[in-house]
Amino acid sequence: MEQQLEQIASELVERAMRAGATAADVTVVESDEFSTALRLGEIEKLKEAASKALGLRIFLGVRSASSFSSDFSAVSLERLVERTLAMARVTSEDPSSGLPDASLLGKYEGDLGLYSDDVAALSTEERIDYARRAERAALDADPRIKNSEGAWFEASVGRRAYANSLGFAGSYRTSYCAGSVAPVAEDVGGMQRDYWYSVSRRRSDLEGPEEVGRKAAERALRKLGGRKMATCQVPIIFDPETSPSLVGHIFEAVRGDAIYRSASFLTGKLNQRVANDRVTVLDDGLRPGGFGTRPFDGEGIAASVTPVIEKGVLSNYLLNCYTARKLNMRTTGNASRGVSGPPSVGPKNFYLAPGPHSAEEIRKSVKSGFYVTELIGFGVNIVTGDYSRGAAGMWIENGEFAYPVEEVTIAGNLTDMLNNIEMVGSDLQFRSSISSPTLLISGLTVAGT
Amino acid sequence: MGNSDRFFYDRFGLSDANLSQYLTVALSEGGEYADLYFEHTTSSSLLVDESLVKTATEGISMGCGIRVVAGEQTGYAYTDDLAPEKILKAAKIAARIASGPARVSTVGLSELDAKHDFYPVISPSTDRALSDKLDLVVRADVAARASDPRIKQVRATYGDQIRHVLIASSDGRIVTDFQPLVRLNVFTIAQEGTNLQSGSSGGGGRVELEFFTGERSPENFAKEAARQAIVQLDAREAPAGEMEVVLGPGWPGILLHEAIGHGLEADFNRKGISAFSGKMGQRVASDICTVVDDGTIPSRRGSLNVDDEGEPTQKTTLIENGILRAYLQDKLSSDILKTPRTGNGRRESYEHIPMPRMTNTYMLAGQDAPEDIIRSVKRGLYAANFGGGQVDITNGKFVFSASEAYLIEDGRITSPVKGATLIGDGPTVLTRVTAVGNDLKLDPGIGTCGKDGQGVPVGVGIPTIKVSSLTVGGTAPRGGQSFA
Repeated sequence: MEQQLEQIASELVERAMRAGATAADVTVVESDEFSTALRLGEIEKLKEAASKALGLRIFLGVRSASSFSSDFSAVSLERLVERTLAMARVTSEDPSSGLPDASLLGKYEGDLGLYSDDVAALSTEERIDYARRAERAALDADPRIKNSEGAWFEASVGRRAYANSLGFAGSYRTSYCAGSVAPVAEDVGGMQRDYWYSVSRRRSDLEGPEEVGRKAAERALRKLGGRKMATCQVPIIFDPETSPSLVGHIFEAVRGDAIYRSASFLTGKLNQRVANDRVTVLDDGLRPGGFGTRPFDGEGIAASVTPVIEKGVLSNYLLNCYTARKLNMRTTGNASRGVSGPPSVGPKNFYLAPGPHSAEEIRKSVKSGFYVTELIGFGVNIVTGDYSRGAAGMWIENGEFAYPVEEVTIAGNLTDMLNNIEMVGSDLQFRSSISSPTLLISGLTVAGT
Repeated sequence: MGNSDRFFYDRFGLSDANLSQYLTVALSEGGEYADLYFEHTTSSSLLVDESLVKTATEGISMGCGIRVVAGEQTGYAYTDDLAPEKILKAAKIAARIASGPARVSTVGLSELDAKHDFYPVISPSTDRALSDKLDLVVRADVAARASDPRIKQVRATYGDQIRHVLIASSDGRIVTDFQPLVRLNVFTIAQEGTNLQSGSSGGGGRVELEFFTGERSPENFAKEAARQAIVQLDAREAPAGEMEVVLGPGWPGILLHEAIGHGLEADFNRKGISAFSGKMGQRVASDICTVVDDGTIPSRRGSLNVDDEGEPTQKTTLIENGILRAYLQDKLSSDILKTPRTGNGRRESYEHIPMPRMTNTYMLAGQDAPEDIIRSVKRGLYAANFGGGQVDITNGKFVFSASEAYLIEDGRITSPVKGATLIGDGPTVLTRVTAVGNDLKLDPGIGTCGKDGQGVPVGVGIPTIKVSSLTVGGTAPRGGQSFA
């Protein structure tokens, strides 16, 4: 089926070239989506649909424009090409625009574990049953779990094709499934909600629903009785659910578009020390079954592994063709492409490499500190590195959890934070395209009362 | 009727007989209610970066979402192909939420008289020449660069969409609407030595391009974005800890959106998982606070003639003189709670199931002069502009991030401080509002709210208010050097 999409993409590229484009590329995506939501054992929502869309980019020399549509009829595509050409005539000449050098095009030919039949093969009843069992396990875990926001199961299969006027055409398919539950714990002090989930490209790799439910319950229960703490500076542990957001800020700061606009605190820092030597960050496009894995990127560049920070030294920015030309560098294959608009820069599997310490060892090393399990808000400025976010978690006293903490903020600067990573956990797991193990960071301010 | 939109009938040959047939199939397995949401959205966007028009994008997205309700259960399917056989297939899939023989038949469909016409756009943006839109972003770029030599980077973006909708439901209503939406944003970076700071501004609404004139000209948004970046060049560490906080008028209304708005959405409350559950009729704010959600303000970004379930929008008083008066309802919640609908059933697109959402949420003006409010603070924070915010519905804890803030020392606004997150508790924060200004202002019209993965355009507004105690998430301890 994805070969069909490849053909649609190639034909539209040809149509654009015939109409007068000097170069063109097309992305086509198709997906089958299923989701269900249950609450207190009853089905709340059942949703199922198939959708498709395509994105066209046209070049007239170094001018360009883009368009998208879900209507694949010949009449509609004809009009799409005409309108896109008309737009391209009024954009600016931008010497950095254009398709990649033909010599860079390619795709990884081996099996990347992106698709598994067992996702589509799951019956609706089995999908509902997963969510139901996860929620029941959460509700049964403790009498203080009295309510639930719900339990969910999602499954999807996607197909994607890309073709350009340099002769590249490629396609691949992906599968995805996830089960989750969000129980609500309650005691005299009030209600607390938390969640847990399991996600994979294959059904057989999902955690059991009971395990997901029990873990969600534990997480909600440990928040009961949360209090504010006095404003202080203490060591802070970011658990593997919150540390990926920090690593995500590193990603935002090494994106080529942030760099050429000087909109990153890491601008001009290539080959310089930006973190201490405990910090190594990689961007791996080949990790089997990874959520950032793909045989080629949104511009037809073969997947690869890019070292980003090596023992504290910034070794690469992450680039698509446009940002590579702006910076006079070579693309790292990070072109990310929806159907609407030109390629942006996106992560492959971007992660902070694991260290030698177990999560327990890290906790035990802290005399007084704050173990962060939740971060909320958007108080991060990539231009300056200033960091200030709402947080909740557990207070640590003599290496043990003492009580839950809520309604506090943590603040500092990302430059300092990268240099103050004192311990790196061994507990790295790949649950999204950005991942990190447990991290212990000193020098942050906790603001409470 | 006034603003009937024949779009789907004319363009796709849709007839009332088709609609009846789709609804009948949707109810064929025993569902109690069904609706169809036809959507056709044309959008365009432009980007000027480094003074070059780098990106021009245009697109069309269309489809039909079919919902079937059986008790508290919802079946949903959609198609991006409006051919009758595709819609019928989706209707059959959605129907499966129920099990049994058809029990309800669709009553005669008729078009509801349009109650509202809040955005009578004569010349929709999608019909305008590309050069008119380009003019806006190019002028913004030029003005931002000209406003101060320290402005080193400027990015200006323009985006518009025209959405045609047709909603048909098994209780007999057909509703159509034509929903324009336009926005202009300017982002700047100022540099002084190695010190780089950013600023942003913008505006928009359900308007024509002529909106961007006078004080809403691209030049003015550009100057404002430049001013914010320049101010930040002198910012020092923000204070950390609990203190008196004065919120300026306009954007800081995001406090209401996060602290109470989400917590009052009926879906969370009927499930008993909101920090506001069971608080109806109780005090949740000081008696000088009255908060409304109003989908009927002409031309506003958060306004709608009808919500995405075909219900006319309205002005709903959420908190009246400090007392909780209403939740925001969609159809499902209002049926379950046996409470009138409020026109707050919204969805991102035909691919999404509607749920209770805010429109324009704001606090009514009070008695105090803004200068007096600031003068009454010995030591605190004045927050003039905000970025995004977020809330945990269940425990009520919310945050929002100040992008422009100043210290207040001895009743005067003094140094700018770095952006800091403010954190508080939804059900109690408004009980600590000790002054409400007479200067109500709405935001400039560029806000988008996210819930459950669905983004919808919204508005916020607030007069100057004083909160007697709120935690400010800076790095400088109180009494420390930068906050003495």
